[in-house]
Amino acid sequence: MSDVPDVWDRRVAGALALLRQRLTGDYEVDEFGFDRQLTESVFLPMLRPLYRNWFRIEAIGAKQLPEDGPALVVANHSGTIALDALMLAVAVHDEHPSHRFLRLLGADIVFRMPGLSEIARKSGGTLACNPDAERLLKAGELVGVFPEGFKGIGKPFADRYKLARFGRGGFVSAALRTGTPIVPVSIVGAEEIYPLLGNIRPLARLLGAPYFPVTPTFPWLGPLGLVPLPSKWLIEFGEPIPTADMMDSADDPMVVFNLADQVRETIQQALHKLLERRPDAFSA
Amino acid sequence: MSTPSVVVVTGVARHLGAQVAARLAADPRIKQVIGVDLTPPAGELARVLADVDVRQLDMRGPEIALLLADSGAEVVVHLAIVTAVDQQSGGRAAMKEHNVIGTMSLLAACQQAPDMRRLVVRSSTAAYGASFRDPAVFTEDTEPREVPRGGYARDVLDVEGYVRGFRRRRQDVAATVLRFAPFVGPRADTRLTRYFALPVVPTVLGRDPRLQFVHVDDALEVLYRSVVESHAGTFNVAGPGVLTLSQAIRRAGRIAAPVVEPGLSAMASLARRTKMVDFSLDQLDLFVHGRVVDISRLVAEYGFEPRSTAVAFDDFIRGQGYGPLGPDAVRAAEQKILDGIARIRGAR
Repeated sequence: MSDVPDVWDRRVAGALALLRQRLTGDYEVDEFGFDRQLTESVFLPMLRPLYRNWFRIEAIGAKQLPEDGPALVVANHSGTIALDALMLAVAVHDEHPSHRFLRLLGADIVFRMPGLSEIARKSGGTLACNPDAERLLKAGELVGVFPEGFKGIGKPFADRYKLARFGRGGFVSAALRTGTPIVPVSIVGAEEIYPLLGNIRPLARLLGAPYFPVTPTFPWLGPLGLVPLPSKWLIEFGEPIPTADMMDSADDPMVVFNLADQVRETIQQALHKLLERRPDAFSA
Repeated sequence: MSTPSVVVVTGVARHLGAQVAARLAADPRIKQVIGVDLTPPAGELARVLADVDVRQLDMRGPEIALLLADSGAEVVVHLAIVTAVDQQSGGRAAMKEHNVIGTMSLLAACQQAPDMRRLVVRSSTAAYGASFRDPAVFTEDTEPREVPRGGYARDVLDVEGYVRGFRRRRQDVAATVLRFAPFVGPRADTRLTRYFALPVVPTVLGRDPRLQFVHVDDALEVLYRSVVESHAGTFNVAGPGVLTLSQAIRRAGRIAAPVVEPGLSAMASLARRTKMVDFSLDQLDLFVHGRVVDISRLVAEYGFEPRSTAVAFDDFIRGQGYGPLGPDAVRAAEQKILDGIARIRGAR
């Protein structure tokens, strides 16, 4: 016999061993609920086709992220549904030489919803609040934040690639308090996946959602309208902004605002440059 | 600080109280250990308490103040906190009366006790409440965002409130508040351990909370050290690390049955009325939100780290026995499949 069956033997044995570990609870979950094994063997493989074939994502400068140790990854947010956060997590894991995991900070609505809340935790996410952000950074993790929040993700298509306000700059004080470098990230492409044309406010209020989106395909085509448009994506990791010498200024609103503004400007300018490199939103 | 010579332990008719009292009585440096409870310790506990001076009295009455003054008690260990409603002895009203009024009366007596040096109070991580907006890990300084729904959690908050008042009035007494995670152990019999022994374990659909446990022996060790050493302050006591509920059920080899949350709330009230299963809002909140605490303050102050949550839980399961999907059964099934493949392959 050739050695082909051996490969399959090993694969079957590996899959069975994985299944046994899952069935007997023989795996580790960290204090935030991050299940590394599940993320590596289920979540990331599920997202990869979307990353590679659907959005054809090009990641630039993943080497800007530290080899090990903490960094606060700050990115622009868009696209009606937070697919940009998931794609950024895939980019960090697959493109970085040491395959690091991005620990995303999510809005409390994510943790209110059954099912979604558990997927978020198991894939490494936690609630966007300063105690959690600082705890993760102190543990040396890469933490991903989207300071625009719902203002960014739910903005009309006409405002695409215009960064919204950066909230109170809580992310900056978390970085300052732990002396963590901030890595600005610009994501081009997520704006076109569900172009937001309108927002049905009464329905949003009824559902307790921040907005009820109307896109060219949703809700007109029903569930088919949930398929994202296959735009071309570029993700650029910018140069880290060191904060180690500013640790005393974490409570100084002036310093916090200025730094938040600096990060915002950096991302905005990188977005303009990236858009020039991608003249057509649906190019190959 | 020196070891005390007279110690009073409340709640000795229960497992934890009896073990702590016996452990203290075994220490030759302590001259007298007085155990207090409303009901006399039964069966095995009476044997455990052989060297303990057991007094049967109601903490809500005046006798406790007399006892503390006459015995010259230096340390009071307050463990008489009921965690679950017991329908046979008066239900939730009696539980609240016992926990809240009992603590109030005991602390009033402590305030007047001339020889008091230390107070050790059993609390619970339930004091952190349960909310979607909570941080993932609670430190001792985290304030609860919402008043918890469960009766036990509210009692715990009240008890801690009285201890804060006591600290202000008796600044010469070192008060230790220990916030324990749920207890597990090979012989522990609590509501939570009975839950994991159910043939099919109900969970909340779409929720997989992060849980922490503390091994009973480690809880005992921390309580013992709180008496013979001086550790003023509030401390979380839990096994480091986390198990998710689904993971814990799998480790126990049991089968989870997810139920929608309103269904479980209905079950909790049905359980209250029919007294068939023991299930409360305290537990429901834990199973929706989960609860993880930081124990670095405990480790730094006591120089002691409890065994991890996973180790403590496995010890409990070994004592209890695995369910139908235990590790041996699953391993055997895996081997059977691999053998089957090899046989088919060999036949070709």
